[in-house]
Amino acid sequence: MDSLLNAARPPVFCPGCSHERITHTLDKAFQTMGLGGERIAMVSDIGCSGLFDTFFNTHAFHGLHGRALTYAAGLKLVRPELTVVVTMGDGGQGIGGAHLLAACRRNLDLTLLVLNNFNFGMTGGQYSATTPPDAEVGSGFLNRLEQPLDICGVARAAGAPYVVRCSAYRSDIAEVIRKAVEFKGFSVVDIWGICPGRFSKRNRLTTKGIEEMLSRLTPFEGQVPENQRREFGEHYRELAAAQKTVPPPQAITSAFAPVSCDRQEVIMLGSAGQRIITAGEILCLAGLHAGLNATQKNDYDITVLRGPSISEMILSPQAIDCTSIQRPSVVVALGPEGVARRRKMFAALDDTGTVIQAVGVDVPAGRARTHRVDFKGQGFKGTDWALASLGVLSKLGVVIRPEMLEAALTARLKGDALAGALEVVCRVAPGEWL
Amino acid sequence: MALALMEGNEAIARGAVAAGCRFFAGYPITPATTILNHMLAMLPPLGGVCIQGEDEIASIGFCLGASMAGVKAMTATSGPGISLYSEQISFAIGSEIPIVIVDIQRLGPSTGSATRGADGDVQFLQWGNSGGLPVIVLAPTDVTDCYTLTVHAFNLAERYRCPVFVASNKEIAMTRESLDLERLTPPAPVDRVAPPPDQPFLPFQASDGEGVPGFLPIGGRIPVRQTSSTHGPDGFITTDPSEITRALTRMQSKINSAADQVAMVDHHPAEDAETLIVTYGVSSRAAGAAVRELQRRGKPTSLLVLKTLWPVPAAAIRRAAGGVQRILAVEMNLGQYVREIERILPGQAVGFCGQMDGRLIAPETIVEAVIHG
Repeated sequence: MDSLLNAARPPVFCPGCSHERITHTLDKAFQTMGLGGERIAMVSDIGCSGLFDTFFNTHAFHGLHGRALTYAAGLKLVRPELTVVVTMGDGGQGIGGAHLLAACRRNLDLTLLVLNNFNFGMTGGQYSATTPPDAEVGSGFLNRLEQPLDICGVARAAGAPYVVRCSAYRSDIAEVIRKAVEFKGFSVVDIWGICPGRFSKRNRLTTKGIEEMLSRLTPFEGQVPENQRREFGEHYRELAAAQKTVPPPQAITSAFAPVSCDRQEVIMLGSAGQRIITAGEILCLAGLHAGLNATQKNDYDITVLRGPSISEMILSPQAIDCTSIQRPSVVVALGPEGVARRRKMFAALDDTGTVIQAVGVDVPAGRARTHRVDFKGQGFKGTDWALASLGVLSKLGVVIRPEMLEAALTARLKGDALAGALEVVCRVAPGEWL
Repeated sequence: MALALMEGNEAIARGAVAAGCRFFAGYPITPATTILNHMLAMLPPLGGVCIQGEDEIASIGFCLGASMAGVKAMTATSGPGISLYSEQISFAIGSEIPIVIVDIQRLGPSTGSATRGADGDVQFLQWGNSGGLPVIVLAPTDVTDCYTLTVHAFNLAERYRCPVFVASNKEIAMTRESLDLERLTPPAPVDRVAPPPDQPFLPFQASDGEGVPGFLPIGGRIPVRQTSSTHGPDGFITTDPSEITRALTRMQSKINSAADQVAMVDHHPAEDAETLIVTYGVSSRAAGAAVRELQRRGKPTSLLVLKTLWPVPAAAIRRAAGGVQRILAVEMNLGQYVREIERILPGQAVGFCGQMDGRLIAPETIVEAVIHG
């Protein structure tokens, strides 16, 4: 294969920069692999490593500091056949650390070449995540305070299946890169090199010195046995293909006459776990079966198993504008937390309003007609009170009728759940007016 | 009539799929999470990809990669996530990457209230990018709009190669509502256009130097360059002031000159109206109720509902404001879009009716603001 280097844009690194050596060895690796430029995407971000994409006649994606792995993932998920090589510096590992961890855990077939030269070359040699504490860099004393990041150790701990730590001056570096690119899965190559423009101006660092530093650390030479597993993209596509298609939205045609031609506002006040939201949805579906428009607005705390659960429903033959309830036609009081949150509302009810009050739940005094139902005494579990209250409304002919409710339940539920729900709404005794 | 019951977020997800979206990445955040849930259920069986990113920055980064690989991509979040998206949004603007970004607005500032609505991001969406280039922002009023405007958002993103925001609100997103499936009228999906085949490909070369560059995907037969750096038509970094000016002027003008085509508004003029209410999003519905009540009280009032917020539909606002004595801007924040209305209607009386306390603006509040100013 011919070189993929862009003859019109030769490397522009400082004389003696290890990045230039890696540019040529990467090209050599591509040539050995026999890949044309259209089959490769070079993804880079900010810093001197971010110049790499401009030197190659390949697809190129150059983006924000530390985020190269995110673009690479998007490219690879859409185009699995593409060879995606990411170049980042040691700076990018610091700012984009979350993406490094996630890429290691994910194991998408990408190759990350870390061009590690222990400082921010472009901005004045400030310390990076890998700067040794005894180095003299452009950040004053700050690097003396922090431990350098062991990129390879972190990558292994995070699940990377292929990790190499090596010197940019290693004689077989092109082979090292080729093998990493050819590995099917996420591969990290942490390549240590010299930044003559900044780092080695103030710090004595030679190729031999790099070898010595590397020899004091745990070696990483390729496959990490404990992290071998399936490649993410292939696995994703296999699991995705087994997922069931989502059906189009369920269309309901009007089959019954509505109870009222006016806008009806219903509010259900209960506690978490009472299936208030599901009952509200069923009430709305009952309305749809009578050709009514419906809205359902819910209010519950972030802790879904504790606290109030409130559902506000509006049924109307006209388009529904404001979806919040000002003066409800019906209040269903099923739990003290919900009642407590809307206490003020009871005083605003007039004698056209209806309150369905579960025995055992206190409500503030008001002028509305109150209907008391002993759900507990009738043997209903707390999780069925909301549903049973719909049975009460339908039997009283308030807002809904039994046939609307039955149609709604049939539309929403299946099998045992449907049979159980129908039993509840049939069996409930409507209680008494106070 | 075929009524269905769904929340706004499901309608956005279904609209996206209908528009041809085949890539979604997001990070869970109330009140946007259910879009991620719906996309995860819908895309994989269609051969698409839905991913939960390690954070918001990654989620939109995946989308930018996927979009450049040639598929229609969407992400969804709330205000705190838009903050994290910001740098990637600037990238998408400056490097002309089509993407739909859904912002389910919640009460801010900051983490604010996860389950309370507001329209507090409408200036942020336009100006929360470095460089200050124009963007397109659409604002749904109900679940039907959520579906239809999402299809429009994809079409605009593809046509203009830019990010397009759908600025929804918790109060639409997580409210279930009936919609008539037979009356949904989404536009036909539009796809990005390839460059003319008879010319050498340059990734940012618009024909005659105007408008939108033709698109080729990364991973296709011809190598494509994409870069967040200031670039010329060839996608290489440039410092040439005239080349920079040409590129930035073209990107500014491709959106601003399309303002009239992009403008979607509903105008309900009332005879003998003294006041025009200008509003958007969920507040439009309370405004509609207020207008009916005002009519009943003998105070006919006109209503203009903006479904396109950016670029500002200035011509439509000026037309609607002709002949009224006063304009009242109604919005669920402390006064954001009213600035645009004041800007384009100099010399006219512009009042403001706003509220940002987690509650919907009540129709009666708007009635009072019209009557007593």
